[in-house]
Amino acid sequence: MNQTSGFARSVWFSRLNRLVDFSPVIVALVLALVVASVLLLALNANPLEAYAAMWEGAAGKENAAAETLVKATPILFVGIGITIAFRGGMINIGGEGQMIAGALAGVTVALILGEMRVPPELAKEKGAFDLIIVTCSLIGGFLAGALYGGLAGFLKAYFDVNEILSTIMLNQIAVQMMNFLLNGILLDPAEAGINNIPKTARLVTAAQLPRLSLPIGDPYLFARTRLHWGLIIAIVMAVIIYIFLWRTSLGYRIRAVGENQRASSYAGINVKRQMMFSMFLAGGFAGLAGVVQVLGLQYRLQTDGSPAGFTGAAGFNGIVAALFGGLNPIGAIPASAFFGGLLVGAQKMQRDLGVPASLITAVNGLIVVFVVSSEIFILQRSKRRVSLQETPDNLGSGGGKPADRASPDEGSG
Amino acid sequence: MELDAIFTASVFASAIRLATPYIFAALGETFAQRSGVLNLGVDGMMLMGAFTGFYAVFITQQEGTLSEPLSLLFGVLIALIVGGLMGLAMAFVSVTLQAKQGISGIGVYLFGLGLSELLFQQWVGTPKSVSGFPRITFPILSDIPVLGEIFFHHNLLVYVAFALVPISAFVLNRTTFGLMIRAVGQNPEAADAMGVSVARVRYATTTIGGMLAGLAGASLSIALINLFQQNLTAGQGFIAVALVYFGGWRPWAVAAGAMLFSFVNALQLQIKVIGLDIPSEFAVMAPYVITIIALVFASKRQEQPTALTKPYERGE
Repeated sequence: MNQTSGFARSVWFSRLNRLVDFSPVIVALVLALVVASVLLLALNANPLEAYAAMWEGAAGKENAAAETLVKATPILFVGIGITIAFRGGMINIGGEGQMIAGALAGVTVALILGEMRVPPELAKEKGAFDLIIVTCSLIGGFLAGALYGGLAGFLKAYFDVNEILSTIMLNQIAVQMMNFLLNGILLDPAEAGINNIPKTARLVTAAQLPRLSLPIGDPYLFARTRLHWGLIIAIVMAVIIYIFLWRTSLGYRIRAVGENQRASSYAGINVKRQMMFSMFLAGGFAGLAGVVQVLGLQYRLQTDGSPAGFTGAAGFNGIVAALFGGLNPIGAIPASAFFGGLLVGAQKMQRDLGVPASLITAVNGLIVVFVVSSEIFILQRSKRRVSLQETPDNLGSGGGKPADRASPDEGSG
Repeated sequence: MELDAIFTASVFASAIRLATPYIFAALGETFAQRSGVLNLGVDGMMLMGAFTGFYAVFITQQEGTLSEPLSLLFGVLIALIVGGLMGLAMAFVSVTLQAKQGISGIGVYLFGLGLSELLFQQWVGTPKSVSGFPRITFPILSDIPVLGEIFFHHNLLVYVAFALVPISAFVLNRTTFGLMIRAVGQNPEAADAMGVSVARVRYATTTIGGMLAGLAGASLSIALINLFQQNLTAGQGFIAVALVYFGGWRPWAVAAGAMLFSFVNALQLQIKVIGLDIPSEFAVMAPYVITIIALVFASKRQEQPTALTKPYERGE
């Protein structure tokens, strides 16, 4: 298997391949639409009316479109991370926990620095954006998420603990840790003793990510919405990670390990280190998702105590978006917008037609199943070509000794 | 510290009760994994089994169409069928379509999570309770002090779950079907050469796993808690998968792991009840931390089925 030949191939051919690789996504979307329509009919709702309501709710008005993008932002961050992990052969289900870890660390940094750098009388000063506070908070959030994800990578690399299971356990642990801290040292001093709404103090304006508007029309497009700069950061990150994965040797090593561990090991790649590194990065981006929710949207960390109380299940939706984006960070951008739109549109559908918004969770699950199920047709067609553009072979391996699960003839062989 | 107040007979009894769904789900998962299929959708199947089983009992009890025992058995039957159908779908996806099992399982989980909530909101609305499986008492046995309370005051499904442990061990280790399962999981090529249909065996085990996952869900909604609400299982299906690894793919050890996990859980609840000065968040966290630690030690000594997660294609 000569993997370096993937780079030598002509650009056009590789672009064509990547385009073809999106076809399971199309198949999955069509199948999911069919099943969703059947479900809607079973619930006595007209599917066309339901989809119209969803479109109206997700993109019909300026505010609706902004809410779609607001919802898409954490999904995109998580999706970028999941893409890195999956490309490295690691199945990261820990987006939820990593988001929480990032948010906890980020909000702590923002609160402490906010107190240090901003005098109390300027706490609510408008337009007092402080680059140092925001940057440090973002880095703190990234690192906390990265360490939390890296822990699962470490357990996998050195103790052979299945990363799917460890990340699921770590999600539950993170939720409890958040509840503990929000009811304790992080609790808003103004709330203490009054009631037990678990939330931190509000961030000073200097620590908040600015709102985002586009210089189109008057007033500017999105000027009166909740859209914030987190979206731009996420899109820039997606581009950077695309370049990282396909244009740097570090990214190449991650993908090589995801493709074939044994061959990578023979080629002199430190497989264990790459496993940890891809989980570290995956956790970091989920951590960014968490801290950006705090700095850009909520301006404080609060939860209703349930697992999805803070994250809004973005840790799971990011997995769906990553798969839907063809495990490509650039592809994750429209995929995240799509799933953000689904979530926002479903609210409108619930209001207008009385169909519970949980339909979207079920449809997301179907899309995942359909995407991975239709890959067999791609694999069959690609038997004659060996390319790094495909989904990693090791994806889906439940654990076991690295040596005996990376047989060369597995998957696309 | 009042150890007497923590390690009461009722804690042991509730550990046994709490272990029921884990034992059902983990035994089913053991069958699937021994044949080489990693079913990560267990939690979604449990949720669907829990809701449909609950709903069957709820409707028949409300309308009085079935007597109470019959309505409960009807609920169990429905949960088995729904779980089995989802298992069959999982088998089709993993065996026939050879989808990546880790991720497709997450898809099945999300599907079950969403659909059970959707149907619940549409058909029931707010959490309502049913009269579930009653506790059975035995003459003489139930009156034994302490031991009687621990072992002989449970509902039918608890006993069924524990009876399934030796049955599963027997089927896996002493029957032709069990031999076929193990062969298909260890060396599908050789099994195929011997005339065993790899696909058929994997379909069978994954469907059995789905049925037991459905039953596990029903054991929550019509025997332990007697109601359904959104995300009733709260990730118990994933714990069940972890228990299979922890137990090294052997039914007895898997059940022992389920008991250990449930015991920690029961202790945690008891600590809350008697108001010990441990933050409740850490108590809730403890079982998950212990599971991770257990997985660290389990993975060092166990041999997993060689063909686990690997689709089999003939004539490669």
